Amino acid sequence: MVSISVKNLRKFYKKYSNKHKFLTLKSAFLSRTLFADLKSEEIFEALNGVSFDVKKGKTLSIIGENGSGKSTLLKILAGISKPSEGEVVTQGRISALIELGAGFHPEISGRENIFINGSILGLSKKRIEEKLDSIIRFAELEDFIDNPVKTYSSGMYMRLGFSIAINVDPDILLIDEVLAVGDASFVPKCIDKINEFKRKGKTIIFVSHDLATVERISDEVIWIKEGKIFKKGYPKRITDAYLEYIGKKDEEKASEDHQFKESEGSLDKEKRWGSRDIEITNVKMRNKKGIEKYVFDFDEPLNIEFDVCAKKKEKDFVFGLAILNSEGVNCYGSNTLIDNLKADEISENGKVTISIPALNLVNGTYFLNLAVHKRDGFPFDYHHFMYNFKVTSKHRDIGIARVLHQWNFPENIKFEKRK
Amino acid sequence: MLESIKELYRYRQLLIVMVVRELKAKYRGTVLGFFWSFMNPILLVTVYSIVFGLIFQPKYAEMEKQIYYSVFFFTGILPWTWFASSVLESANVLIAHGSLIKKINFPVEILPMMVVITNMVHFALGVPVLILAFLILGKSLSLWVLFLPIAMLVQFVFTMGLAFFISALTVHFRDIKDLLVNLITLWFFVTPIIYPFTFGPIQKSHFLKLFLSLNPMTHIVESYQYLFFYGSLPHYKKLAVTLLVGLILFWLGYKLFDKLRDTFVEEV
Repeated sequence: MVSISVKNLRKFYKKYSNKHKFLTLKSAFLSRTLFADLKSEEIFEALNGVSFDVKKGKTLSIIGENGSGKSTLLKILAGISKPSEGEVVTQGRISALIELGAGFHPEISGRENIFINGSILGLSKKRIEEKLDSIIRFAELEDFIDNPVKTYSSGMYMRLGFSIAINVDPDILLIDEVLAVGDASFVPKCIDKINEFKRKGKTIIFVSHDLATVERISDEVIWIKEGKIFKKGYPKRITDAYLEYIGKKDEEKASEDHQFKESEGSLDKEKRWGSRDIEITNVKMRNKKGIEKYVFDFDEPLNIEFDVCAKKKEKDFVFGLAILNSEGVNCYGSNTLIDNLKADEISENGKVTISIPALNLVNGTYFLNLAVHKRDGFPFDYHHFMYNFKVTSKHRDIGIARVLHQWNFPENIKFEKRK
Repeated sequence: MLESIKELYRYRQLLIVMVVRELKAKYRGTVLGFFWSFMNPILLVTVYSIVFGLIFQPKYAEMEKQIYYSVFFFTGILPWTWFASSVLESANVLIAHGSLIKKINFPVEILPMMVVITNMVHFALGVPVLILAFLILGKSLSLWVLFLPIAMLVQFVFTMGLAFFISALTVHFRDIKDLLVNLITLWFFVTPIIYPFTFGPIQKSHFLKLFLSLNPMTHIVESYQYLFFYGSLPHYKKLAVTLLVGLILFWLGYKLFDKLRDTFVEEV
């Protein structure tokens, strides 16, 4: 049975010309163009022919960049805005988690706001009374429920909003990026609740940037790009394709940044110093195929290459490298001395490569420091914060490095089987 | 139209909740709390009694005692406050509740209705204070007071129609809000509230008389004055015409509101 059927959906947003803004009611009436002025000349297409069906009990995720039309689509499905063309047919009661805690009044207690928000979402007074305790318990607000909502933290606000919204008991649940503001312990609870809806055979449409959750909960994923369905299919396949696309985009952007930084860096004495008796130049980061890159997967091999030019023979020299994160925290540092390479002699030119089989760092932007100096620290050439690169990872682990690990449990501790 | 009324009936719980929310929120955090609903009209009548009873002392034939002027004025200002507050607040209500319109499938007509009904509740709470003022000043009341709901119905229909118009149009023309503040002040003075309709200069000038007669609020406010102050049957013919005008305005207002409804999401 089809739960949601969307046919050739189009949505135009009107861009009103500036002239309109200066019109007053009076002049609109005088020129009898009141309704004509409410129409506009310029049009922006937010959705451009979107069609799909969702079967009852299935979970569909919608991914895409900001401004691609995801939220517009969700708002149309929720009945908040009307499509310009095309049609949406839905079976059953819809609840949309687009904004949590809509209609909350800051001066009024949490308990009273449950009745207000619940009524707005279409719950009867009787049902709210029945559910009151479980709503408060789920929101973990037992001690604060009689305080005015204005005293709540944003997390408490969101918890109360979510807790009310899930008690609407819809047939179709629409979820926009609402979980993004929750704290670390509440979000898993929400995901559990969403899974419970799934088990009960409800249809879910989930809009998110959180690809790991998208992969976990959906049966199908739609990737929307510029108001059209760009790709559609099995979750893992779509999210991987999307991740690759985002990676490429980042790459292009980082590459531009990089070129800019390099030219700037050579002028900036703060970033580079030393006697230059031995000089490091032409620093490149390459993947295993030898292609220059600035964005790497956490487990992707990386080669750092640079040219070395010694103006005279030296017997005392150490090469060093350090990787710092965007906060300036040193994530890793080492040099040839630490790595038990004793300097013998250096002269003329040569190419040095540092091979890193896998970075194993968490998501983020990092800086690379390179140096060549004497054992006592006398600088020949220091490159400080001159090179940056990004690490992408679909894991959401935190900290600095991804420490490889595996969970092993006895049989009496069970986990849900992953799809 | 019938469909819309059915729809509204379906949303009655939400409407009640929203009105209660407004009422609760209004005096939350004040020491007197809900008692302010009575205090406000008491203070209002005290201020105007001082101004008109002691300073200006206007003389009108129908006020046997100077002190009666304050209850005459009170009878008019109470429904006027309901009307004026509703009109002014409805200009802002859609914009102020933008998140409900943009983020939730919310029946938007609830919002102007909430405004008019909330102010009606404030009016209703002022009525006992009005009656008390009559008793204290020793001006007798007649049983015509019991016809109060009819005057309220006419006023509700008229105010609601105007509120639909204004709330919908202000979304597109924000100028209305500023315009309205001054327009309401003018409207106040061309409605017989601080003077009776029988006031000499009005009766002498055909223009003024016609102008005031074309103002629906004249007949609405006058009907309260008949019921309370004069203790007689209101001009039921005038009131019936006013009701008709109110119903037409209500119908047109709702139609416009409904026509512009889909634009609210993008314009609020």
